[in-house]
Amino acid sequence: MAAVKGILGRKIGMTQIFDENGRAVPVTLVEAGPCRVAQIKTPERDGYTAIQMAFGDARRVNKPLAGHLATAGIDSARHLVELRLDEPADYALGGEIKADIFEEGEFVDVIGVTKGKGFAGVMKRHNFAGLSATHGTQRKHRSPGSIGACATPARVFKGARMAGHMGHSRVTTLNLKVIKVDPGRNLLLIRGAVPGPRGGLLMVRSAIRVLRRDRKKAS
Amino acid sequence: MNPTDLVERPYLRDDLPDFRAGDTVRVHVRVVEGERERVQVFQGIVIRRRGSQLSETFTVRKLSFGVGVERTFPIHSPMIAKVEVATLGDVRRAKLYYLRSRVGKKAKVKEKRLS
Repeated sequence: MAAVKGILGRKIGMTQIFDENGRAVPVTLVEAGPCRVAQIKTPERDGYTAIQMAFGDARRVNKPLAGHLATAGIDSARHLVELRLDEPADYALGGEIKADIFEEGEFVDVIGVTKGKGFAGVMKRHNFAGLSATHGTQRKHRSPGSIGACATPARVFKGARMAGHMGHSRVTTLNLKVIKVDPGRNLLLIRGAVPGPRGGLLMVRSAIRVLRRDRKKAS
Repeated sequence: MNPTDLVERPYLRDDLPDFRAGDTVRVHVRVVEGERERVQVFQGIVIRRRGSQLSETFTVRKLSFGVGVERTFPIHSPMIAKVEVATLGDVRRAKLYYLRSRVGKKAKVKEKRLS
């Protein structure tokens, strides 16, 4: 049984490469790791099992953070992110996690924070069609139209899709294939698009849906 | 330099001749049929080149049994065995979409005269 694996990384950008059949494959480049294990959470002390990964160099490390990192022998960390897993015993405090934990052909989930779109209207945010461009429509071309009925129920139902803040939310893209791993340059080439802007923080984790399916098959 | 360049570089190929819109080319395409692989030639006029680096493509137009056929190839694709430039064209456009609406003699591209 394969355990959950994960690493923190930075999105570099997208390009395409050719596979062995000569087909162009769209890939996202992720600079993954190296990460250090900053803390191991145990059921006795923390109530759950997880590892805390440290990634990147901080411009300034304040005293509380420095003290926290010192227990793992780390000088500086820009990002600290936890990864829940079943077997924290596989990890040592301060141990390094590199891109080579993944293999080519493996499936991963990529977690990131999407690009913020600000306060967006319903056409952009929910793909509404808007109102007619002509036929007497005045100043309402991008409006949602009706948002409910009349005297019954005399209110707007909760959850009606309206304009509002869009983007800058944590999004997980499931089941992306790892096309290539370059441990020398700490690079992962992942098929397809991943959330967030270039330079944004990402967590690459083994695909939980695939793990669950394999577990079901095994039992 | 773009941050993606280092990954793209090994896939770039420099063995193809220079050609541009208006040129007549013979593209030797690898065709895989089950286990066997053979090379098919697609000859026609280049009507467009677009993109840059690894994502650059070109489109070749030809008449096949009276029907216009266009094929777009990624220029760095390993499926292209070879490109031969048959004739150089003399055109004033980068994109020769106007050939699509023309037939017969009007659909011809002048040949470049090298002096």
